[in-house]
Amino acid sequence: MAWWLPAQASTFAGSIDKGFLAILIITGITFVLVEVGLIVFVIRYRARPGRKAHYTHGSTPAEVIWTAIPAVTMVILGIASNGLWVKIKGRSSVPAGAYTIGVHAKQFEWWFTYPGPDGKLGRVKQSLIDKTSNPTGLDPDDPASKDDIVVRNQLHVPTGHPVVLYLSAEDVIHSFYVPQFRVRQDAVPGLEIRVWFEATVPGNYELGCSMLCGMGHYKMRAQVFAHTQADFDTWAADRAAKAKGEGTS
Amino acid sequence: MTTVAAASHTAHAHHDDRSFIKKYIFSTDHKIIGIQFLFLSLFFLLVGGFLAMQIRWQLGFPGKPMPGGSLLPETMAPGGVILPEYYIQLVTMHGTFMVFFAIMLLLVGVYANFLIPLKIGAHDMAFPRINMASFWSAFAAGGVMLASMYVPEGAARAGWTMYAPLSAREDLSGAALGQQLWSVSIILFGLSSVLGSLNYITTVINNRAPGMTWFRMPLSIWALFITAILGLLAVPVLAGAAIMLLFEQVLGTHFFDPAAGGQVLLWQHLFWFFGHPEVYILILPAMGIASDLIANGSRKPIFGYHSMVFAICGIAFLGWIVWGHHMFVSGMNPTLGSSFMVSTLLIAVPSAIKVFNWMGTMWRGNLRFHVPMLHGVGFVAMFTIGGLSGIFMAATPVDMFIHDTYFIVAHIHYVLFGGSLFAIFGAIVYWFPKMFGRMMNEGWGKVHFWLTMLFYNMTFFPMHNLGMAGHMRRLYDPNIYDFLKPLQPLNTFISISAFLLFGSQIIFFVNFWWSMFKGKKAPLNPWEDNGLEWTLPSPAPHGNWETPPTVYRGPYEFSVPGMSEDYLPQTKKLPTDREPAMTPAHGH
Amino acid sequence: MRRFGAVAAVGAGLVVLALAVARHPAGAASDGATVTGKVKLVGKAPANPAIDMGEEPKCKGKYTTGPVDPAVLAKNGMLANVFVYVKTGLPADAKYPAPSTPVEIDQNGCLYHPRVFGIMVGQGLSIKNSDGVLHNIKALGKKNRPFNISQPTNMVTQRPGFTVTEVMLPFECNVHGWMHAFAGVQPHPFFATTGEDGSFALKGLPPGTYTIEAWHEKFGVQTATVTVKAGETKASDFTFTAK
Repeated sequence: MAWWLPAQASTFAGSIDKGFLAILIITGITFVLVEVGLIVFVIRYRARPGRKAHYTHGSTPAEVIWTAIPAVTMVILGIASNGLWVKIKGRSSVPAGAYTIGVHAKQFEWWFTYPGPDGKLGRVKQSLIDKTSNPTGLDPDDPASKDDIVVRNQLHVPTGHPVVLYLSAEDVIHSFYVPQFRVRQDAVPGLEIRVWFEATVPGNYELGCSMLCGMGHYKMRAQVFAHTQADFDTWAADRAAKAKGEGTS
Repeated sequence: MTTVAAASHTAHAHHDDRSFIKKYIFSTDHKIIGIQFLFLSLFFLLVGGFLAMQIRWQLGFPGKPMPGGSLLPETMAPGGVILPEYYIQLVTMHGTFMVFFAIMLLLVGVYANFLIPLKIGAHDMAFPRINMASFWSAFAAGGVMLASMYVPEGAARAGWTMYAPLSAREDLSGAALGQQLWSVSIILFGLSSVLGSLNYITTVINNRAPGMTWFRMPLSIWALFITAILGLLAVPVLAGAAIMLLFEQVLGTHFFDPAAGGQVLLWQHLFWFFGHPEVYILILPAMGIASDLIANGSRKPIFGYHSMVFAICGIAFLGWIVWGHHMFVSGMNPTLGSSFMVSTLLIAVPSAIKVFNWMGTMWRGNLRFHVPMLHGVGFVAMFTIGGLSGIFMAATPVDMFIHDTYFIVAHIHYVLFGGSLFAIFGAIVYWFPKMFGRMMNEGWGKVHFWLTMLFYNMTFFPMHNLGMAGHMRRLYDPNIYDFLKPLQPLNTFISISAFLLFGSQIIFFVNFWWSMFKGKKAPLNPWEDNGLEWTLPSPAPHGNWETPPTVYRGPYEFSVPGMSEDYLPQTKKLPTDREPAMTPAHGH
Repeated sequence: MRRFGAVAAVGAGLVVLALAVARHPAGAASDGATVTGKVKLVGKAPANPAIDMGEEPKCKGKYTTGPVDPAVLAKNGMLANVFVYVKTGLPADAKYPAPSTPVEIDQNGCLYHPRVFGIMVGQGLSIKNSDGVLHNIKALGKKNRPFNISQPTNMVTQRPGFTVTEVMLPFECNVHGWMHAFAGVQPHPFFATTGEDGSFALKGLPPGTYTIEAWHEKFGVQTATVTVKAGETKASDFTFTAK
């Protein structure tokens, strides 16, 4: 359904959605209690001739109950959420053996760097950036960058294998967002930020910039291709071979 | 000066020989200043609304020429079709005008000024001339912000949150002067706000009438007092950040420039350290006002008055340690995400306490549904939704998904419109007689309330769904994304609802202006309320009381058993009452 | 009476002569000189990099081969897209009104057409988007006020142009980072951009000695000094070396 949560296509999408639904249930119950309560009161206690209001300044037991229940609920929610948060964003959250991809965000394009056969991303330097020939500022003096593959607006990932992205931003803050993976992370100039996920369902998805970055913000879209491992390997090998023949992309 | 028979002995009867200019333009009378803020802020509410209509046009009918669009210059909307750079100016200026120049001024500029001296029994504010300066600096700030839309290249366009580096660098945003004027306006606004806070805090502490102890103050005054403290401490942080931004924009400093040793995230920490207390500035006075309106409409004392006061204080205190929840995915250390989540979840508790206490106030009451009461109950109903949606954002893993989507936009508008603005409408109607000596039309007030309630929910509730589906904020054309294309009908529905919502406000504005001149003349105490202001003529005279009144009880003594009336004013002395021990700190 | 008539006739003649001279200021087309020439490229031109337009199908669809970024256009040793202009030598008080017709630049196939062009100070710039996709046009003036505007769909935007001489003023699109254009802003009309055959002609020059400069985006600048007499046509070739 277009107006509900998107399809789940990553390992933690399910957990996040469970959290969302749990909160929906808690808030939904509260919502019904309050709104139905208000409607009942509005009807039941409306002024009529001869009626008088019940004079009271409150009830301490009531205060205790409706302070304690929300407080306990919030504490439980916090503990439950924190576990998932640490698993996704924590310092040691990136699974071992994750495939590395460099993501360089700039007004208004996404540049992806794949490590090539050596499995290592080459060093980049902001001063080396040339919009047409070297958009990510790959440093030719670093041997690891020789086989790096730089692609515009296309993110290719395998399914069933964790991927860690190293986000960089060239000019202003951008934000990496793939709804079906439930992944969002700002890319900030001056910071290199890691974000990881593991895609589960092969398919074509979309990456959107999720932080206002200027007049072209709405057009800063990339395609995301989640391949089976076999297809991904084929794609990577294919790109590596092509890269040997040409200068860039 | 006309006198009203029932209360002539409390009316201020000395000869008022101030000139027209001193009386109405450069006035130091808190009531006039409050009314000046009212006219100024209602103007900016309209401005903000017009900007919103243009945003909704583009989202509802993307790329189509806007009715009236040909009036706009080619640099904003050639052929009436909104350009992307104009669109992001619209969202930026809509937020800026609404937050600062509409809601803040309506809640604090108007009601802190108008109500505080009246409801605590003072002649005026502690510093009347500083009070006047507070209005005129807000006026200047508003003028600068308006002017920023008319300069070459146009207005600021980095969102009302104005994140650096986009806001600091004209080569990246496309606007220079407009961005700089935003900074200047905010600095001026900060000055206005701080000057106001100084007055409100000092007046409440020092100028209460005899018998007006802290716990006999109405919740509206408690809320405005605590809000003023928040403002005094938080707004200078914004002003400081705006000064740094202005320096970055014109003097070539590098606070936010990582290439020269600065930090991009510094802006966000400064802004949100202000920004979070700011949102409590935007809601606490509304909560206080709602308490006054609901107690009056229910003909019952506020349920749990002390809890309500502690909840206001609790919200204000916790509000200082939650700012990072705006920055969960900003690149800030994720460990801070954990700590900010805890404090954010906790702040839901005092808000929940307040909602239950409002319901407790209505429980077994004798409910009168005058227009202010409708708005008070509407406030509770809508604020509840806004508050509950906040819980989704507090849970960091869920926030990862809904951050910067329309789920947030829904939340903001439920608390600011459904919350603050409903309370403001109620307040305007409620204190209109004390301001202008006339009543607003009750029938049209009810029509306005119901139409607004209907169209407002039709406009903003579906935004929760947009956000759940992944619809990001500040998108000129969501149809670039295949996954958002199916949501276009919902966007169009929201836009049409928004147009109807805006149109319904015409009823309010006509009622407001017409009633000011032609409304039914108001009696002393049309709502049968207990507050001190209702013992003065409508409108209240310059200087309020010749001698401060004496207070014998709290403000919510409704339906006291054994009384013939179902209300008992604070100043009415019963045979069983003793004179208060305290003497006034400031007699006159 | 007769003496008066003679004086009047001489006076009238002088007035007519004065008017005739005033009507034909220095630089009139009728006796204007011309500097022509060819711009050559010596050495092997570097290959133009391929552009991956895969993620902009509306643009990619306009190409049957390529596309490449046409930074170096050399054919048979002739270099195109060289901006040739008079750098110094014109009379200091000479004023050249800007044409009322604007210079036209089009974004088609996600490339600027023309890539290199001249525009007079005060002359309008008409920017067209023939692609129907979002382009932003960022004019990175250092001496002129920069601007940054967007065109989200097929449309034409009229810009007021530039106020100060600048060689060269780069244009870029940030949605499509490979897009480049270069404007030579001149206070006079004596400039040209070489085509495929590498030729240029600067016509209507008043007699004098001029510094002519040829600019190429990859190979830098070359200068030449040329002296022309009234009505004379002189050749001045330029040679760039590929590195």
